[in-house]
Amino acid sequence: MAFAGNFMNPAPLWHNGPSPGAFYSFPANTTSMGPSRETVSDFKAHSATPITTTTTVIGLKFDKGCVIAADTLGSYGSLARFRDCPRVLKVNDLILLGSGGDYADYQYLKDIIEQKIIDEQCIGDGLNLKPKSLHCWLTRVLYNKRSKMDPLWSNYIVAGIQDGEPFLGAVDKLGTAYEDAAIATGLGAYMATPLLRDAVDKGPIDEETAKNVVQKCMEVLFYRDARSFPRYQLGVVNTNGVTVSETIELKHDWTLAHMIHMK
Amino acid sequence: MLSLNENFPEYAVPGAKQVRFEPYADNGGSVVAIAGDDYAVIGADTRLSTGFSIYTREQKKLFKLSDRTVLGATGCWCDTLTLTRLLQARMQMYEHEHNKAMSTPAVAQMLSTMLYYKRFFPYYISNVLAGLDADGKGCVYSYDPIGHCERSNYRAGGSAGAQLQPLLDNQIGLKNMQNVTEAPLSREKALALLKDVFISAAERDIYTGDSIYILIITANGIQEEKFELRKD
Amino acid sequence: MSSIGTGYDLSASQFSPDGRVFQVEYAAKAVENSGTVIGLRGKDGVVFAVEKLVSSKLYEPGANKRIFHVDEHVGMAVAGLISDARQIVETARSEASNYRSQYGVPVPLKYLNERVSMYMHAYTLYSAVRPYGCSVIMGTWTDYEGPQMYMLEPSGVSFSYFGCAVGKAKQAAKTEIEKLKLADLTVKELVKEAARIIYIVHDELKDKQFELELSWVCKDSNGRHQLVPKDMAVEAENLAKQALADIEDSDEGDI
Repeated sequence: MAFAGNFMNPAPLWHNGPSPGAFYSFPANTTSMGPSRETVSDFKAHSATPITTTTTVIGLKFDKGCVIAADTLGSYGSLARFRDCPRVLKVNDLILLGSGGDYADYQYLKDIIEQKIIDEQCIGDGLNLKPKSLHCWLTRVLYNKRSKMDPLWSNYIVAGIQDGEPFLGAVDKLGTAYEDAAIATGLGAYMATPLLRDAVDKGPIDEETAKNVVQKCMEVLFYRDARSFPRYQLGVVNTNGVTVSETIELKHDWTLAHMIHMK
Repeated sequence: MLSLNENFPEYAVPGAKQVRFEPYADNGGSVVAIAGDDYAVIGADTRLSTGFSIYTREQKKLFKLSDRTVLGATGCWCDTLTLTRLLQARMQMYEHEHNKAMSTPAVAQMLSTMLYYKRFFPYYISNVLAGLDADGKGCVYSYDPIGHCERSNYRAGGSAGAQLQPLLDNQIGLKNMQNVTEAPLSREKALALLKDVFISAAERDIYTGDSIYILIITANGIQEEKFELRKD
Repeated sequence: MSSIGTGYDLSASQFSPDGRVFQVEYAAKAVENSGTVIGLRGKDGVVFAVEKLVSSKLYEPGANKRIFHVDEHVGMAVAGLISDARQIVETARSEASNYRSQYGVPVPLKYLNERVSMYMHAYTLYSAVRPYGCSVIMGTWTDYEGPQMYMLEPSGVSFSYFGCAVGKAKQAAKTEIEKLKLADLTVKELVKEAARIIYIVHDELKDKQFELELSWVCKDSNGRHQLVPKDMAVEAENLAKQALADIEDSDEGDI
């Protein structure tokens, strides 16, 4: 039977020849001959860039709690587009959340988190979401989105009180998560972290000191980060609960500016 | 999307490039494991970084999977978090199904399978698994990101892995030496060696430093130790 | 029973010759066996009170609650089959949640009521399902619209009320509610009235034990639905017991 070939599944007629209509091969028309050269990632395009962005968010632990600060500017590329984008959120009496990066992604996640809190209140058993749980949940959400190649383009800092102890953790758009006593995202990672770590290394700090250090950081960032803004929010979480301030106006003084020569 | 540059080379613009989303990050870190006759030691530095900035100086990268198996994982930290969480779940499922903890060689095989399962979107992690095998002998397993697995007696992995492995080859494997007699490596010597190689790594590799977190696995359980490295 | 279904009571999708849907009426009967639930709409909020019958001493105190939170600003008190009621609560919660995610504001009670009523009504139309054996009362308070309250019945019918009662002693409770000047009373006063009414209408001979559940949604609670604060609830309950004792005393005096 071997010489007859497999008569149940005969080879296609016109085997090994060019497919009909494929004698003229135009550029950019590679579909008619040979295997597809498309890769899997070509089939579905995903959002690949942030649109309305916010800059640094910083968090600092002190002896009995944490502070988080972030300015209220929403940038559209280099355009200072939206001037009132609050992004320090009270999640419940134990958790404070700060965000940087794409503002729409933050608002999307904020709605989901707020509904989570309502669902929890509806159950009414008196149990509350804790900072470590929210931190972990965020890593899962962000990691899953990045694994679909459709990331939420934003960073988060979770601050709170977990079993009486201060908690401060960060998550980035990939789901990279860690805890530390001082955290700054965006440009703040370069300009604010040195100041924050300095304060932490000098020994235990109290709420007042922490607030002052954070304020200093916001000032430094405003002078050097071109995507920053002189109005910011300060959130504090301690054993008394969570408070998020009204927008604070940063004092700035540019009288020295003419001394700096750009050459 | 059809490749524009390939078919119309004259339209290619050299300066313009599209920013693509990069799902992986290199968060650095090194891990070293040494196995002896009745022990295994494993250490990993505690620096978590990205490029020139340090996320935190105190990130533990060793995961106790059971009381005789420890995993050290460095590389893309978000993948590490996911993989170890999955591993821990699988360990627990095994324990519930079999009424005993998983043996180190079994964990080693399972890890390989789990890594290969993600063959076409791998976990970008360099894994080193250390523990005691069914006979109570120390063992070390090392992996590539897609599940290739090898058992050995010592291994360095992570950002300084390539620098440290030859050093271990020489000091533990007694390679490229003449007139040496092989003698079993004592636990004290292994521990001292581990600290020494990390000190060297911290000198040369910017992604390794701050401190090392060491776990010593013996039949009596797992001992912890911390050792400071340079922090710059 | 006044009329026997004679075969027309087996399906919710069939009318009887005199134009009734027996399954729906039976569902209403299921509600009438339940402990009494009342809702009072006062000047500055809505108060719910439930006579939760405790059918076994082996239950933990507070088990099988009959007052639920639907959203931050909406409360629901239920009468009838508790498991049916819980499903209605779930439906209401997901409606409230969907509304919030779509429009970013709390769901208006008028709209929520419409949606939940439609859901309950759908279960009176098909032969494959049975109607819900529960009635629910929903209430809210907002700054711009004041207090609002609706009661939904198994038929899918719902009305807005100043005061409503459902369950075993709904007639007696309604008579008591009608004596109140609801529009002039604050929730703090209504809590006491509500507790008193539940204690008065409770039938001690037939049902031995019950727990009083009290909740409100009002101006003072910032439009949030919550259980009445412990001290206030205890005070209201003590007053109710006192009122009941006084009535019994005077009854004995009459004899």
